[in-house]
Amino acid sequence: MDLGEINPVLLLASLMVAATPLLLAAIGELVVEKAGVLNLGVEGMMIVGAISGFAISVETGSPWLGFIAAAIGGAVLSLLFVLLTQVALANQVASGLALTLFGLGFSALLGQSYVGVKPPSMGDIHIPVISDIPVIGPILFQHDPILYVGIALTATVWAVLKYTRVGLILRAVGENHDAAHALGYKVIKIRIMAILFGGACAGLGGAYISLIRVPQWTEGMTAGVGWIALALVVFASWKPWRALLGAYLFGGITVLQLNLQAAGVAIPVEYLAMSPYIITILVLVILSADKSSAPASLGRIFHASH
Amino acid sequence: MIVLEKRPQPSKAWSYATPLVAVLATMVCGGILFAVLGKNPVQAIGTIFWEPLFGEFAFYYRPQLLVKGAPLVLIAIGLSLGFRAGIWNIGAEGQYIMGAIFGAAAGLAFYPLDAWYVFPIMVIAGAIGGCLWAMIPAFLKVRFGTNEILVSLMLVYVAEQMLASVSLGLLKNPEGFGFPGSRNLQSYESAHNAELIAGSGMHWGVVTALIAVIFAYVLLNRHMLGFHIRLTGEAPRAAKFAGVNPARLILFCLGMSGALAGLAGMFEVSGPSGVVSIDFNVGYGFTAIIVAFLGRLHPVGILLAGGLMALTYIGGEIAQSQLGLPAAAIQVFQGMLLFFLLAFDLLTNYRIRAARREVA
Repeated sequence: MDLGEINPVLLLASLMVAATPLLLAAIGELVVEKAGVLNLGVEGMMIVGAISGFAISVETGSPWLGFIAAAIGGAVLSLLFVLLTQVALANQVASGLALTLFGLGFSALLGQSYVGVKPPSMGDIHIPVISDIPVIGPILFQHDPILYVGIALTATVWAVLKYTRVGLILRAVGENHDAAHALGYKVIKIRIMAILFGGACAGLGGAYISLIRVPQWTEGMTAGVGWIALALVVFASWKPWRALLGAYLFGGITVLQLNLQAAGVAIPVEYLAMSPYIITILVLVILSADKSSAPASLGRIFHASH
Repeated sequence: MIVLEKRPQPSKAWSYATPLVAVLATMVCGGILFAVLGKNPVQAIGTIFWEPLFGEFAFYYRPQLLVKGAPLVLIAIGLSLGFRAGIWNIGAEGQYIMGAIFGAAAGLAFYPLDAWYVFPIMVIAGAIGGCLWAMIPAFLKVRFGTNEILVSLMLVYVAEQMLASVSLGLLKNPEGFGFPGSRNLQSYESAHNAELIAGSGMHWGVVTALIAVIFAYVLLNRHMLGFHIRLTGEAPRAAKFAGVNPARLILFCLGMSGALAGLAGMFEVSGPSGVVSIDFNVGYGFTAIIVAFLGRLHPVGILLAGGLMALTYIGGEIAQSQLGLPAAAIQVFQGMLLFFLLAFDLLTNYRIRAARREVA
């Protein structure tokens, strides 16, 4: 065991990479939940995004096209959720589970011929001067572009929810869909847009795992990141910046336990590997006392009967 | 224009018909999927649904139906109790693993003692293992209001790591030449969950599954607790006024479903599987969610749905070896079934009518 081998700069840099898939998925789900919909299919949409992004970037040789395909893939899968919950008015919990079960199988089917293939690399951006600052440069300014897209997305979602009319309407729909309907807002239409956005974000997050973080394709490779993202939304009390903070916290735990495994700490590997899940539970316990910030119509079915 | 009109009462006829319609729709869509994969759809569907029951080697596959169906029914019965009351235990896979670990550990602790009481102790240990694992989300929900969906799911990943840990460490076969995995319980007479009638596939797990079906039926239809479960699901406010204790209900539903999932894991590890190993669990806990819904959360329905789902497992394996159908295609097929079921359920609660366009 040699803890001295863990390089803090590399640790912090890989923390940001580990946090990004969580952040992307959580921001998407945050918008969905703000609109009053609980989509438990994040894991399914992520894994479908992971394989569609992987397949397209291998076929075309362009990671950018891959990420676009991943967003489309996630959104298409979320369209199934739309059909079930917004058109067929099915139970959202069951529909989300269906989405995850289906997505896991579907991605395995699509991915059969991609096991062991190496995807094209995206390459890190390099800004002269800033990226060369010692310590801070490698931690903050030497990453792939999608990582910055994630941060930009957080800022955008925060600003839109807080300062724009669209954000206000979205929140109104999530807080009280009957009142929003009475005011003439198209509840179903707004929710559909939110669900599709959530799907696209989850798809991006999935592709980030298969194209940048790992990068390769294996069945079920998201390994619960989608579920942790759901927990993260609760952790963030539906606030975008807190989701960013939470994602870095979880990313940090993941990276730290991997580093401890590599350093050969006297704790068995399995116990280290289960730590992110246990910590997720602990965080949920600590934060679940306060539910006041949850959107009031979360998970309720809307049917304009009059 | 087509409008949806809420039925004053859910349609009885449709609630029976939707599973059948969903199965048919899945067959059609599954057939299209198989055709896209370059297989003959009629042959593929035929292989999945016909071969295991009436094909040339049906004498071999029919017992397998019981072996695969029993854990699915056992777990789904437990899940259905909670689902009815709006308590979502989706971590049955983890409880299944813990049941297997506890059960096998209890058995291996007695090795090589030959006594009649070894197996019953294993059964009890398995149930306790699953129950304890499910009590974690139950207790956290009752005490802190933590979301049971996320906690029970997270515990699946923890249980998988536990499984890896014990099959490499605590329960590793001391005579296994360093390979991971425990002693084979099939070759330890007192701990073996053997077939009750040789070649029938009938083992204690199947018997327990049937008992669970009857027990759940009686509970839901003849017992106050069952009535409270149904009431909480259908009219939460009325349940509150009727004095239903939600904490007790949560503890009971989660604990019971955990115990049943644990039993399923224990019967599997001591019988068909035999060893505690890293790849012991194969997703029964998740497939059981589909079984529960397909069976309309009704005990008898679940029994039928479990049989059907076991059929797709076995038929899928046959289609895999005979037609080269990928294993994942069957997983997609099962997922599709849940989709169609949820979608067609619309017809149970709503009526579709053509209406004149009017000002909203």
